[in-house]
Amino acid sequence: MVKGINPNLSVTIGKLVLKNPVMVASGTFGYAEEFRDLIDLRKLGAIVTKTITIKRRHGNLPPRTCETSSGMLNSIGLENPGIDNFIQKKLPFLKSLGIPIIVSIAAEESPEEFEILIKQLDKINEVSAIELNISCPNQQKDKLISQDAKATFELISAARKLTQKCLIAKLSPNVTSISEIALACASAGSDALALINTLSGMSIDVKKRVPKLGAWAGGLSGPAIRPIAVKMVWDVYNKIKIPIIGMGGIVDTESALEFIIAGSTAVSVGTVNFVNPQASIEIIAGLKQYLVDNNIQNLNNLIGRLKACKD
Amino acid sequence: MKIVQVKAKIISNKKLSGHYWHLEFVSGEIAKSALPGQFVDLRVINGFEPLLRRPISIHGVSGDKVKIIYEVLGKGTQILSTKKGGQALDVIGPLGNGFAYKPTLKSGGAKNILIAGGIGVAPLVFLAEKIKTVKPLILIGARTKGQILCTQEFKALGCKVELATDDGSAGLKGRVTDLLKNVLEQVKPSRLFSCGPHPMLKTVSQIALENKIKAQLSLEEHMACGIGACLGCVVLTKSGYQRVCKDGPVFSNEELIW
Repeated sequence: MVKGINPNLSVTIGKLVLKNPVMVASGTFGYAEEFRDLIDLRKLGAIVTKTITIKRRHGNLPPRTCETSSGMLNSIGLENPGIDNFIQKKLPFLKSLGIPIIVSIAAEESPEEFEILIKQLDKINEVSAIELNISCPNQQKDKLISQDAKATFELISAARKLTQKCLIAKLSPNVTSISEIALACASAGSDALALINTLSGMSIDVKKRVPKLGAWAGGLSGPAIRPIAVKMVWDVYNKIKIPIIGMGGIVDTESALEFIIAGSTAVSVGTVNFVNPQASIEIIAGLKQYLVDNNIQNLNNLIGRLKACKD
Repeated sequence: MKIVQVKAKIISNKKLSGHYWHLEFVSGEIAKSALPGQFVDLRVINGFEPLLRRPISIHGVSGDKVKIIYEVLGKGTQILSTKKGGQALDVIGPLGNGFAYKPTLKSGGAKNILIAGGIGVAPLVFLAEKIKTVKPLILIGARTKGQILCTQEFKALGCKVELATDDGSAGLKGRVTDLLKNVLEQVKPSRLFSCGPHPMLKTVSQIALENKIKAQLSLEEHMACGIGACLGCVVLTKSGYQRVCKDGPVFSNEELIW
């Protein structure tokens, strides 16, 4: 360590205290056990699980992923073993890590499913927070909850009544105004916002003239979407005062810093986990070094500190 | 078995013929634990275009060296072909389940038959090496003679090799699955092992079912994570979708739903 400061990387998301702001994004990290040989999981600020539904979901027709320019499309379709299997088979390993576990949940048919899932998770001490996935583009629905401010407000209000645990709303970028949706979340009592989920996208095999994904379309992630995500974080940060967990194409320290400077209290590392499983751990070290190099004692003093060009 | 991520030193990277290349790198950890049918996941560039790793079958190991054969098909494998001996390669492995095989067969008993299509020969050489006592019969198919790989390696292992080409430039004119049908009229094998294009595997699977022979099929899929986390590379089986990268890439023909 460089002489002088030993910077504090700890951040607070609602009631949740993280030892550092780096978490791994839902759907890109399985249930963490898949990465156990490759990285020291205990170093992570938090782990967000793959989204869980009440019943087991088989997911969409393959092919489910395709590479695009500096990114990828996926149409997994929320394949998961269902809440009971998750609690029995996946949660014990997550609990053993001793770091905050954020469980991502979604409804298949009706918003009431969120209430059933929250009631079940509320009883489990080791579940530190619940992420409401109201923005998955792979459910073949006309409209996502997070594309409607009123529906979002109602869902989060109902959820808020059921648990004291930290509630995080995950938002879709496929909207006219993400700030409007973010405001509905904040008014309804959401502790934090996670943004952005994937952008709706499509890719075509021109030889065969077929879509490259079995589900025709999917969600775009990876470095390709980062500028869009940074802008959305900046927009929301300037309008809403609850903490933001920023994500969308974070691959290294520099890209994580963009999100923090734009107003993210924490960051989520996603698609890069497939490419460089060490990325999240490297970012934790890189953020610390950045604070040392810039003589900043506390990471909180960097959040949203974007300057005007003329400064 | 532990998965490792290593910066492996490339020993050599040579063109075999056409679009086929042979690469050798050093990783004692991977070499020690690798099983026939498993694969490694390679990051061909330090940047993010192309974004994803490239999964490639393990062709063999010797000492602390790991060998792969790959086909230059797109941007990722094109970049891989520019790598030189001495350079470092970011490798995750060994991944996947590998073939379920008996390392020693009863002397004088039924043989295994290994059926390869194109680049599908790569993992079968590793398998042929591991099956002792009764060496397997090898059937290789390709479009043309120049695309037939590894025949000398199989022969050096003491295996009999039969060929089929679409244009008849080597061996039987026709499909390797036609060759398999011919062979099965005379030989009752212990088990079939196959790796190659999807339509070929489907036919091998049908032939195996008709002849009541067990078959182990190694599938190829585009992958995102390669370690079972993203659920992208799934294939439909009797027990629902299974991950080619983690539950496979080798499946028994009875499990798969085509």
